[in-house]
Amino acid sequence: MSDPLGDQIREALFSTPPQPEPEEPEPPVAHSEPEEVIADLPDALRIDLYRWMRLTRTLDDTMVAMWKQGRGLGGTFSGRGHEGISVPMGLALGPDDVIAPMHRDVGSYLVRGMTPARVFGNLLGRVTGPSGGRDANLHGMGDLSLGIIGYVSHIPQQIPLSLGVAMSFKYRGEPRVALTACGDGGTTTGPYHESLNMAALYSAPLVLVVENNQYAYSTPLDQQMATFAITERAAGYGLAARSEDGNDVEAMYRSIKAAVDQARSGGGPTVIEARTMRMLGHAIHDGAEYVPRELLERWEARDPVALQRRRLLAEGVVGVSQLEEIDTWARTEIDAAVAEAEAAPFPDPGTVSDRVYA
Amino acid sequence: MRELTYIAAISEAIAHEMERDPDVLVLGEDVGGDFGGAFKVTKGLAARFGDRRVLNTPLVEQSFIGMANGMALMGLRPIVEVQFADFISTGFDSIVQSAATIHYRFGGKIPWVIRAPSDGGIRSGPFHSQNPEAWFVHTPGLKVVAPSNSADAKGLLCSAVRDPNPVIYFEAKPLYRSLRGPVPEGEHLVPIGEAKVVRRGRDLTIVAYGAQVPQTLAAATELATEGIESEVVDLRSLKPLDFATVAESVTRTSRALVVHSANRLVGVGAEISARISEECFDWLDAPVTRLGGLDVPIPFSPPLEDAYRPDARKIATAARRLAAY
Repeated sequence: MSDPLGDQIREALFSTPPQPEPEEPEPPVAHSEPEEVIADLPDALRIDLYRWMRLTRTLDDTMVAMWKQGRGLGGTFSGRGHEGISVPMGLALGPDDVIAPMHRDVGSYLVRGMTPARVFGNLLGRVTGPSGGRDANLHGMGDLSLGIIGYVSHIPQQIPLSLGVAMSFKYRGEPRVALTACGDGGTTTGPYHESLNMAALYSAPLVLVVENNQYAYSTPLDQQMATFAITERAAGYGLAARSEDGNDVEAMYRSIKAAVDQARSGGGPTVIEARTMRMLGHAIHDGAEYVPRELLERWEARDPVALQRRRLLAEGVVGVSQLEEIDTWARTEIDAAVAEAEAAPFPDPGTVSDRVYA
Repeated sequence: MRELTYIAAISEAIAHEMERDPDVLVLGEDVGGDFGGAFKVTKGLAARFGDRRVLNTPLVEQSFIGMANGMALMGLRPIVEVQFADFISTGFDSIVQSAATIHYRFGGKIPWVIRAPSDGGIRSGPFHSQNPEAWFVHTPGLKVVAPSNSADAKGLLCSAVRDPNPVIYFEAKPLYRSLRGPVPEGEHLVPIGEAKVVRRGRDLTIVAYGAQVPQTLAAATELATEGIESEVVDLRSLKPLDFATVAESVTRTSRALVVHSANRLVGVGAEISARISEECFDWLDAPVTRLGGLDVPIPFSPPLEDAYRPDARKIATAARRLAAY
């Protein structure tokens, strides 16, 4: 089948050679440019992006280590490699906006104000987690006071739900935005297509980030879809759609912020494909032997946290000592969070039937 | 008191709630504009309240119910019409995985109502006749109601709209225009979770809901001419279930027959029957009897559908056998 558009996208997705100048990432393949590109990000914001990515990565590394040591509970999901997406998803929103992140988006939770101690509380089934021991690992970490909705395992369910959140804002005439995310696997499902169609139809203030990490569990993209034209399919419903380098946190921030601004000002919904790589297995038990090692090596060379670190140094935004301060802060925060969560009580079995009904 | 058809009582309830609370809106397939839905339940609402509050959707139950989840989570109170209860299966994930679990998982509230026109006997075939209530009674976190008359149709719907939980409202479409009854004007609420004894009798208890209540009352009238006095309990709410009212009746009559249009196998009647056996065993003079649809897709042709579905004649036959046990 002739598929020139798909070939371009394959090229963009799979040919990510190690970069001689990692601080200059490849330009994103944009299919529809943001209406307003934010030219220069303030230094404080660029540092903030790094700071939250560092905290997110430290949480992730610590979680993975704990689970491998048998200090975990059940399974869990690493978001390694997704920090360049999850952090700007949180930072580009306003305080009254609402986000429904997915299972690789711990960064979004942290940015929105959920403490690492609460995240570990949820991971360890403690009463201090946002679900109070009712939902597993990173699921169900909703806190509406922080504008966060906890996901269900049926990730694409988040899309119509977030559309409804956006529609409630429109109904009430509130200048608020809903943002949600799904993976490449999610784009093959009914709710994705149904909701994109409706979001465009109703011009809902919705932003959907597709975290294309090239695998739905063990199934690679080329076994999920005949063409990789995720943004073209989205654009076909009549909404703005573009593809970005998901490992370039500044590009992601610019793109998400532009989409949020557009939605807030009544310009309708946007789909942003963030091209990235899932660096560990689907879940903690999964060694992902089915992923070619050289593919992982290519993406490891473009690790989003390291990329931003090198960029800040190379452009003289920060010095090494300031970065080390951030790293130490993240380590301290996460160590304290783990200690707090491990000391927290399990829920009382007498409460098992509480809160079934409001 | 003025009388309304069952369907007019539903329309009145929706308008009453929309008038009362600006957060109440209607959405679903074909509900908007001048058309007003396949059964015309929402006719006139768009003209009265504006298109913003009567939203037509594409043919996507999963996503328009999912959208209602998000609206409800933000405090709106959507009344969602699934055109036929048979189509609710398309929205199953949005109901049982998302809406039903959100409060338990992190405390969010989903105050929507799904109106599901259900039941058959009107020659509509396998996909316009179903009674899928057991799926939802089996799901923690949902409420399920099934009114049998015009007054309850209004009162339960108004209560459902105001309930902070997801409520599935099974309206019996065979009763839409065939049944009229007194309906209070203005404010009228029927509490969710309260059954009602709609006929007093000493010989046996017949438990029913929805369109089988009028059938049961017709059977009871006929049985009375034979000297068999039936007590009829209209469940009205299937979840939460008012078992106390059932038990109070059965412990007086010592005989119980449970009737519904849905197929009998693992139906709501199976649960009620089991609870009567567990909790009223010492009072029983006969085995609890169930009458429901057959374990087949609901057939179209009249002789087949009549063979499938309980009716007054079959209820009377089962009751006679039970009374004589």
